Amino acid sequence: MSDTDTIGQAGEAGFGDYVALLKPRVMSLVVFTALVGVLVAPGAVHPFIAMTSILFIALGAGASGALNMWWDADIDVIMKRTAKRPIPAGRVQPGEALGFGAALSGISVVMLALTANMLAAALLAFTIFFYAVVYSMWLKRSTPQNIVIGGAAGAFPPMIGWVAMTGSVSIEAVLMFMLIFMWTPPHFWALALFMNEDYSKAGVPMLTVTHGKKVTRNHILVYTIALVPFALAAGFTSIGGPLYLTVSVVLNAGFLWGAWKIWRRDEVQAEADKYAVERQVFKFSLLYLFLHFGAFLAEAALKPYGLGGW
Amino acid sequence: MAFDVEHELHKRRLGRNVGLGAVLVAFIALVFGLTVVKVTDVGQMQGFDHVLRPELVPLDAQTTVGTKP
Repeated sequence: MSDTDTIGQAGEAGFGDYVALLKPRVMSLVVFTALVGVLVAPGAVHPFIAMTSILFIALGAGASGALNMWWDADIDVIMKRTAKRPIPAGRVQPGEALGFGAALSGISVVMLALTANMLAAALLAFTIFFYAVVYSMWLKRSTPQNIVIGGAAGAFPPMIGWVAMTGSVSIEAVLMFMLIFMWTPPHFWALALFMNEDYSKAGVPMLTVTHGKKVTRNHILVYTIALVPFALAAGFTSIGGPLYLTVSVVLNAGFLWGAWKIWRRDEVQAEADKYAVERQVFKFSLLYLFLHFGAFLAEAALKPYGLGGW
Repeated sequence: MAFDVEHELHKRRLGRNVGLGAVLVAFIALVFGLTVVKVTDVGQMQGFDHVLRPELVPLDAQTTVGTKP
């Protein structure tokens, strides 16, 4: 290959490739949960400060996504779902992604410190470290429990949003964290049951592969039961209220019912209806999280009219 | 001249440069906006300094303020 080929063709990324490195779909979830954390927090903060805080929390999440893509490029190229990402596709060089992710990590943390406060910035820095180093580098390829501990990275944004507005961690922030943290394993394992991903080919241990689907079904039920008290407890704090509690009771009953159905089935039954129950529970789990955070938001929105909260 | 030929690559580079430019302009606007908010939105503050502000002096000390030479 001549020099001009190397410089010119495949290796030159477009603007969209750098956006793709930030994992925009994950970022949109981060924006939503961080937004809820910001809006339900007590006290009045200038809206521009609130908006800017959410932006830099999202940017930090995006930066950790770029670092994850840099580290995982070797397995992304093997798996069909990820083979078209900018690095395995050859449009972005691994070193570029590393520099891009590291630079944006620094910018987002410093800017959040200037916009909001040091504690929020420190939590954001820890989240990036947790996702890029603890999850991607240490856990992902070494234990099938990777998703359990890695879920913490996704659980931090509402807490950071809350801390950016109030300056301290409180029971409400911890419960929002626990809600996402405990929700992640049953949500992901329901997906793992019916997704025939080539994770094992890439050397990533998955509970369905390492311990079998029966064990995974047990895990889903146990983690769903463990999730319920955290979801309900949030209803009795300052961010909860009658509306939240009603929504939460219904959703938790639904999620428990779904986990119970998954637990009772075996592979023969699941194969027979092409994992209909598992797919249904997975979809419900998305609704579960979305409506819980929507209910927090509704309580906060109703407060000025004397309707939200206790 | 070979250099005149518009290659797909040039479009990609232009897109990247325009995109980066837009991001930088947005960042400047953001920092400017933050500056305005942080400077103006400071709550209860007096518009002067370097002079004695009687309301900041503790009550028991106020009797002595001004009496001493």
